[in-house]
Amino acid sequence: MRSAAMATIVQFENVGLRYGPGPETLSDLTFSLDEGTFYFLTGASGAGKTSLLKLLYLAQRPSRGAIRLFDADIVTLPRARLPGFRRRIGVVFQDFRLVPHLSAFDNIALPLRIAGVSDDQLRPPVEEMLHWVGLSDRANAYPATLSGGEQQRVAIARAVIGRPELLVADEPTGNVDQEMASRLITLFEALNKLGTTIVVATHDFNLLGKVADAQMLRLEKGRMADPTGALRYPPRPAGVD
Amino acid sequence: MAREPSEAPPRPYTPGSLLPQGRITGPMPWVIAIMMFLTVLATAAGIALDHAARTLSADVSDRVTIQIAEADGELRGRAVRRIVTLLEETEGVGNIEVVPDATLSAQLAPWLGSDMKISDIPIPALVDADLVTEEGEREERLVTLDRAVKAINEQARVEPHANYLTPLARLVGVIGILSFGAVALMAIATGAVVVLAARGAHATHRGTIDIMHMLGATDAQVVRLFQRRMMLDALFGAVIGFTVAVIVIILVGRSMAAVASDLVQSVSLPVFAWVLLPLLPLLGVAVAWLSARVTLQRALKRSL
Repeated sequence: MRSAAMATIVQFENVGLRYGPGPETLSDLTFSLDEGTFYFLTGASGAGKTSLLKLLYLAQRPSRGAIRLFDADIVTLPRARLPGFRRRIGVVFQDFRLVPHLSAFDNIALPLRIAGVSDDQLRPPVEEMLHWVGLSDRANAYPATLSGGEQQRVAIARAVIGRPELLVADEPTGNVDQEMASRLITLFEALNKLGTTIVVATHDFNLLGKVADAQMLRLEKGRMADPTGALRYPPRPAGVD
Repeated sequence: MAREPSEAPPRPYTPGSLLPQGRITGPMPWVIAIMMFLTVLATAAGIALDHAARTLSADVSDRVTIQIAEADGELRGRAVRRIVTLLEETEGVGNIEVVPDATLSAQLAPWLGSDMKISDIPIPALVDADLVTEEGEREERLVTLDRAVKAINEQARVEPHANYLTPLARLVGVIGILSFGAVALMAIATGAVVVLAARGAHATHRGTIDIMHMLGATDAQVVRLFQRRMMLDALFGAVIGFTVAVIVIILVGRSMAAVASDLVQSVSLPVFAWVLLPLLPLLGVAVAWLSARVTLQRALKRSL
């Protein structure tokens, strides 16, 4: 539930994003994300969801406008300081982006290892995460031998193992069955209750009703359909406060 | 999230497994092996030739030969004795040596046959000596000495060795310098090979690098990962190249030792060369380390 006391974790001001000399993919985005809130990001294919997520997980800088993340100006933040910010963000990529020559265990352990956690210390949380996503018996399997759903679960486990302050997920349930989708959303909710801000881009409208108090951001042709970012799902009937 | 023991426990986490096992730089180790082989050979050649040039210069700078081309054997013998006496009485002249008839015969044998007797044909008598002079007085003393020996016998003349051996020593020295130039070029080429290999490795593993970046890895972490592997590859090539080159040097050295030529014998490796040569593989690895580091850092800075 949103409250006035919640701190703003992300602030976009008139943000535009352009790839090369072409037209803007994202235009005039102004919104904020509150700490500890669960957001769904929806929109038709090509609306700019993945581009917006790239701005959130610091894979792109905007072409114009201002972005504040964790109280820092991301537009002018020196490149050398980006890794520290990225470690506070968990990302579930649409195409999973698992490291092909690493086992499921090693893929999940990667963020901890990058953060400097010793091999002895990283084993318990990785095993716990493997168990949680139902892949304990596939710990030594390489991505090429995992099904799409299993790869996605590894990608999700990798994104959340570092208990990020902001979790960004691009279609995280796209390759899993409904039961696993529910389990994953439950995991995201659990993380959210621990204080993690969650942003899930999805086409799956079934998911939207599964998270109480979730906020919805909707993109249409690169622009925020609801500039205030306060739309809820399902929409309230006209004339009802 | 209660834990349950997994049926198949994960294998021990092995540090350094972020890159695929095996080599990451393609043929780079073998190219470095070839470069190192050529570098060691060129360095050895450069040092040996430089050493030979210095030795030749030192040997010939003061050495003169007095040639007595007197056809009459008796007059020739008398002239030799008087010239030797003259040389012994002249200040700054030492190491006087009359070239024995047997030596002259042996030197002429390839042209005149081994059964020739020195008394059969009028061969000039030779007297070798060192004429120690100051650099500025050398020409003057040579002229004076030449006049003195001509006073003893009109057919006698002084021939400084420097006249014909100095250009040779200079040529040997130039070849030695060229060898060091070749070493410098090969060091640059080695660096270029490593740059290309580092770029290739960066391109090949771009996906992994991007993932690491997105998970918060710093450039230093990524560079360390590649640098270590590339250095191991370079070390492998350098050791192979060095080992083969040393074997070749030893074999060539043995062959040269068997050649009865003063010039060839003068081409030898001084002791310090055997200290310097083993440093070349280390230098090669250092070049590889620096090239890989700079290349990767530049490549990484092009991404966000």
